Amino acid sequence: MDLSTNYLGIALRNPLVASPSPLSYSLDGIRRLADGGVGAIVLFSLFEEQLREEAARTIRLVEETADSFPEALDYFPSVVEEDVGPRAYLVRLQRAVSAVDVPVIASLNGVTPEGWTEYARAMQDAGAAAIELNIYYLPGDLRMSGREVERRHIDVLERVKAAVTVPVAVKLTPYFSSPGEMALSLDRAGADGLVLFNRFLQPDIDPEQLEVLPSVNLSSPADARLARTWIALLRGRVGASLAATSGVEVAADVARYLLAGADVVMTTSALLRHGPAYAAELLEGLTRWMSRKGFEDLDRVRGLLAVPPEADGAEYERAGYVSAMRAANAGAYNPW
Amino acid sequence: MRATVDGNEAAVSVAFRCSEVCCIFPITPSSPMAELADEWSSKGRTNLWGTVPEVVEMQSEGGAAGALHGALQGGALGTTFTASQGLLLMIPNMYKIAGELTSAVMHVAARSLAAQALSIFGDHSDVMAVRQTGFAMLSAASVQEAHDFALVAHAATLETRVPFLHFFDGFRTSHELQTIDTLGDDDVRALISDELVRAHRARALSPARPFIRGTAQNPDIYFQARETVNPFYARVGGVVQGAMDRLGERTGRHYRLVDYSGHPEAERVLVVMGSGGETARETVAFLQSRGERVGVAQVRLYRPFPATELERALPQTVRRVAVLDRTKEPGSLGEPLYLDVMAALSEAHMAGEREALPRVIGGRYGLSSKEFTPGMVAGVFEELAREQPKRRFTIGINDDVSATSLAYDASVDIEPEETVRAVFFGLGSDGTVGANKNTIKILGDAANLHAQGYFVYDSKKSGSQTVSHLRFGPRSIHAPYLVSAASFVGCHQFGLIERSEVLDRAAQGATLLLNCPEDPDRVWDALSRPVQEKILAKQIKLFAIDAGRIAREAGLGRRTNTVLQTCFFAISGVLERDQAITAIKASIEKTYGKRGADVVKRNIEAVDRSLEALHRIAIPDEVSSRLEAPQLVPADAPEFVRTVTAAMMAGHGDQLPVSALPVDGTYPSGTTKYEKRRISDIVAVWDPELCIQCGNCSFVCPHSVIRSRYYEPDRLEGAPDGFRSAELNGAGLPDARYTLQVYVEDCTGCGLCVEACPVSAADEPAHKAINLDALEPLLARERQNISFFERLPVNERTRVDFGTVRGTQFLEPMFEFSGACAGCGETPYVKLLSQLFGDRLTVANATGCSSIYGGNQPTTPWTVNGDGRGPAWSNSLFEDNAEFGLGLRLAADRHTELAHRRLSELRDPVGADLVDEILSAPQVSESELRAQRERIAALQRRLDELDGPAVQDLRSVLDHLLRRSVWIVGGDGWAYDIGSGGLDHVLASGKNVNVLVMDTEVYSNTGGQMSKATPLGAVAKFAAAGKRVPTKDLALQAIAYADVYVARVAFGADPQQTLRAFREAEAYEGPSLIIAYSHCVAHGYDMRDGLGQQYGAVASGHWPLIRYDPVAAADGSNPFLLDSPRPRMSLADYRKGELRFRALAAAKPTEAERLVGLAQQVVDQRWRLYEEMATRGAGEFPSNPRRDA
Repeated sequence: MDLSTNYLGIALRNPLVASPSPLSYSLDGIRRLADGGVGAIVLFSLFEEQLREEAARTIRLVEETADSFPEALDYFPSVVEEDVGPRAYLVRLQRAVSAVDVPVIASLNGVTPEGWTEYARAMQDAGAAAIELNIYYLPGDLRMSGREVERRHIDVLERVKAAVTVPVAVKLTPYFSSPGEMALSLDRAGADGLVLFNRFLQPDIDPEQLEVLPSVNLSSPADARLARTWIALLRGRVGASLAATSGVEVAADVARYLLAGADVVMTTSALLRHGPAYAAELLEGLTRWMSRKGFEDLDRVRGLLAVPPEADGAEYERAGYVSAMRAANAGAYNPW
Repeated sequence: MRATVDGNEAAVSVAFRCSEVCCIFPITPSSPMAELADEWSSKGRTNLWGTVPEVVEMQSEGGAAGALHGALQGGALGTTFTASQGLLLMIPNMYKIAGELTSAVMHVAARSLAAQALSIFGDHSDVMAVRQTGFAMLSAASVQEAHDFALVAHAATLETRVPFLHFFDGFRTSHELQTIDTLGDDDVRALISDELVRAHRARALSPARPFIRGTAQNPDIYFQARETVNPFYARVGGVVQGAMDRLGERTGRHYRLVDYSGHPEAERVLVVMGSGGETARETVAFLQSRGERVGVAQVRLYRPFPATELERALPQTVRRVAVLDRTKEPGSLGEPLYLDVMAALSEAHMAGEREALPRVIGGRYGLSSKEFTPGMVAGVFEELAREQPKRRFTIGINDDVSATSLAYDASVDIEPEETVRAVFFGLGSDGTVGANKNTIKILGDAANLHAQGYFVYDSKKSGSQTVSHLRFGPRSIHAPYLVSAASFVGCHQFGLIERSEVLDRAAQGATLLLNCPEDPDRVWDALSRPVQEKILAKQIKLFAIDAGRIAREAGLGRRTNTVLQTCFFAISGVLERDQAITAIKASIEKTYGKRGADVVKRNIEAVDRSLEALHRIAIPDEVSSRLEAPQLVPADAPEFVRTVTAAMMAGHGDQLPVSALPVDGTYPSGTTKYEKRRISDIVAVWDPELCIQCGNCSFVCPHSVIRSRYYEPDRLEGAPDGFRSAELNGAGLPDARYTLQVYVEDCTGCGLCVEACPVSAADEPAHKAINLDALEPLLARERQNISFFERLPVNERTRVDFGTVRGTQFLEPMFEFSGACAGCGETPYVKLLSQLFGDRLTVANATGCSSIYGGNQPTTPWTVNGDGRGPAWSNSLFEDNAEFGLGLRLAADRHTELAHRRLSELRDPVGADLVDEILSAPQVSESELRAQRERIAALQRRLDELDGPAVQDLRSVLDHLLRRSVWIVGGDGWAYDIGSGGLDHVLASGKNVNVLVMDTEVYSNTGGQMSKATPLGAVAKFAAAGKRVPTKDLALQAIAYADVYVARVAFGADPQQTLRAFREAEAYEGPSLIIAYSHCVAHGYDMRDGLGQQYGAVASGHWPLIRYDPVAAADGSNPFLLDSPRPRMSLADYRKGELRFRALAAAKPTEAERLVGLAQQVVDQRWRLYEEMATRGAGEFPSNPRRDA
């Protein structure tokens, strides 16, 4: 069965992509992901803000104790104060690239304009096959307007595109008033790919300790529907590759995304739950399903159930909504 | 090229280029030379020949000298950097290196020697103690000379084969920032002959051309062989002058072996060496301009002594000579330079080379960085002019005991008007010194001015005060003494304005910049009467700014440096205001650029805001304040404290006469309590409602500011309003009350107590039973509370449960309010020691942090209990502490034995029952000890009725009838490195000593250099690329002796285990070793997280808690106890929180991963070994030979 796929203009051996997760923190994890059979690996994100915070903390620790006591005018060799920036990330990226034979995509979460472009360029230099922009503005800023959020996305994309030659994908959140228009704008601004969707970290609360707990929750198949809906709509309407992420648990979930029109399907939660080797199982399941259904290659599958290019998206959606309501009502009220 | 550097950097920049091997050991004030060399080496900087010099940190200076000797015999170009005790430890090898005519240079930042006390400051005691070793000695008087003479020394040693000691004054030159002209590589190369380098190499040991060197000689030849070197020494003077001349040709800076300056027909002349020569030369020029026929001879080459050059340098007209020595040689006819000069002139006179033998007098000056000023120089000249000048004198002190001191006029001011003088008073934590260093760079580099900076720090590690002395001028500055008559005074902390020094250093009409939280119109009223008086008297122009507010508003937190630096530039007039502001902003871009645009923006914003918020304060015509200067010590303090200690605290220690000071270094205990420093504006506050009285906060408090007492309810009578009290939470005392009192003026606000508190308020999780809150509103109330609390009875020790952390809170700490870092990880152990055994405790303390916070003047923390008993503490040296402690034990044992013998002899007159009871009394539990104390008291009363030699003898050793607890205390630098051999030997002695190693895994006191306790993969000085060797297991080494009680503890992880180990160690009648994990500022995290990091260290297996109890072995049980649970977090997770580990992960991720992987292996393997040991049968441990005997 031919599962080969093109994503961001890069040829992949199959459409299953490991999205950023703690699995990619270590070289061993990265090897295990590649050995599991994924078509590409997106490395964990480089967070500019975190780097800056760490640098600031270092400087504070160094300065607080400096020039106070005659025998110890400082306590650390000057190497600790050197601005090491993204060095650790880049080394990992470099090692990942040389350790595995699948493309490694770097993920970047910047803050400042220079951060976005400099780090992107450094990632390219370190051998990243592509760069995924993990644009994640804190939803806690209650004053930021929707337009401003949108404009920032476009800005960041344009800057990075101007700075690098490798393909650039944008990971989006679904929380735009009009995600479709946003996708089209990014497409126009040169995005090589759109990754749908990013999930907000939603802190939990511990009623015993009376604490807010920062927590990461793994996705579940139900989370896939939103992304699938938008992929189905965008299929054929944008030039950018479409990557689906969230809610892949079994092979059927991969098939569902492909049918909706995704070029590649990303997974984190399933691999974290079952281990990197689980990728092989997903791919086997996909192959079995394709054979059973008589699909010889992915082109036959991809977008089969997308919103047809000629259809009016809104009408299509509304129609879907009406029939869904009808079905629901039928289930609820039909006494017979 | 011009550069602004300090003397250390000036010297090492040459030494590094001329060396292949640097063998070093950190010691103040020379450490920065070694650190810079190491830093350059780790960055791959090369010497003249393209080799990266290897910098090796040894276990001691003795080791460094040995390694240096070896490197030299191996043919390498070798150097070392040292000072003081370090230099003394090198003496044996210095004889060897010189005896074998080996080219080498040692660079020394000359420092005092420990005599009646240690001192880190500068004088020539150390270098004078090695003048006999055969090293040539070259003395630099300034930063420029430290640079130039370093090269002269390296050049001359190759040419003469005589090793050189190049020295300059510790701190005064080693730490003074100066604008100098630097030597380029070509200059260095021009003086260093490759041919001579190869000749040096050719003399090395080599199997290719074998010989033996270092033989043993007999009476037949040793003497003659010793005389063979004379011709080499005879050449030294000429060679040095030749090198100086070549240097002069290239640079225009000309030096002579003895430089004379002054009147060509001078009658009175000083001879001096080191930085004092600069002061003398400038003062001579000043006096000469007033018509005085005076001169000064600066001795540059001290060994071999340039007698001829000295004789020739002095005009024939000279009739009076004063030789100034910066050292003291008790009992000698005179100090060394004096004797040398005297002999040289006498010989010249006797040989007919000098017609008139001048009258030569000798004096001491400048010991331990004592100021040496133009006034003092003038004072010596005045003495020389007297008909009968003192033959021996001191200058700069008031010696009212031996009447050696000369009077002088302190107000003599010879500085040119064009020199701008400024002083700044700040705290270590506010960035004042850093900002001033930056200012010097700006002015020295950008504005092409000559700049000088010298920084005075106090000896406290928390809340430390700094004074920066800056000079700027169009010409080079030769003023190696503190600034007086400053035209600009910056007082960067409002509280410091009350220090009299602040305005004493101001010139008439000076500008005062005051950081003051008050509104501009209230600044004047906030000043005390004495301050207002001085401002009026000196017609000072007062400017004020609320720098704290501006810094906060600009997002700079508590760092007020940018704000105040801006104000200095705005009003000092050193530069045009606009030019200055542009320069500051450029410097901000340069300094902070790498830290991100937002940091730059915040600082630039601070600059602009500062200019807006700076106000000139209108000064009324007369004093209006009723505020008096705060009283430094309470009126009821002991006389010594009121007269001597208080003077030191006020910064008037220089004025104390000789008679005020103890003759033998003996000072009263417990003086920190008189120094209420109030260094934190947030302090611990107790919430009695929530408190479960567990004692954790008190246990972890590094500063002993949390005290607890329980008492009968009627004791509350007369309690001040707001005195806090709760029902005692304990069985057996139903009505008793409990108070936890915080000594708020001594609290450093470190927050360890809050972290240790196990309870939170139900409705406010962040609110604990102890919290940090603002001091100001509490201060008056808490002073009353403390005073009342102190009147509550101290809890009876026999009724306190020594076995629980909870119980220890009721034991009086006899170590309190030290100057250790806020949140120190060592002092809780020291305090515990004092609580458990303080009234019968003798402490031998190794030099290091614990000897500094434990014994640095003006006030010391070891104190006494209500009965006047308390720890007897002493510091001998760094390297000998275990041996010193053993000596104390041996003395105690002999005197205990003597007491027993005399007591037995007096059995009849004293009474058999009492004698027998005393001699056979068990003394382990507190009640047994108390019973023994009572018996001794009874004995004492009995002895009062008796007389005779045996009675007198017994009286003199009576206290030894109480079981004495001897503790040997120090850090890992001592225990693992410099004192390792001695510690090992003492542990093997079988004697009843207790060793407490407070292990910070790094040299803390000297600023974070690697020790053998530094963990694999940690970044430290001399391990900038991460330490590559695992820590040695000191515990297992000691366990191997079978009769040593050993424990590894971490109070932040398991205080109960710590407590148990201390008590078991003390009770054990043999050697004990406790290795105590101590979190430290050198680890790189907020000290408030210290307990959490200790927990992580234990939980990750980095620091497994163990005890090895030989008593258990004797009882047939397994003596090895593993007290911490199996590791439950990875080493990498624990290490994330500490900069020493994090730094490597960021800078060299691959190496960091490799090292943490190896370290994890070590942890795993060690854990398996410990588990195996913990489950062995008792018979599988070696038996205790002493006990089994």
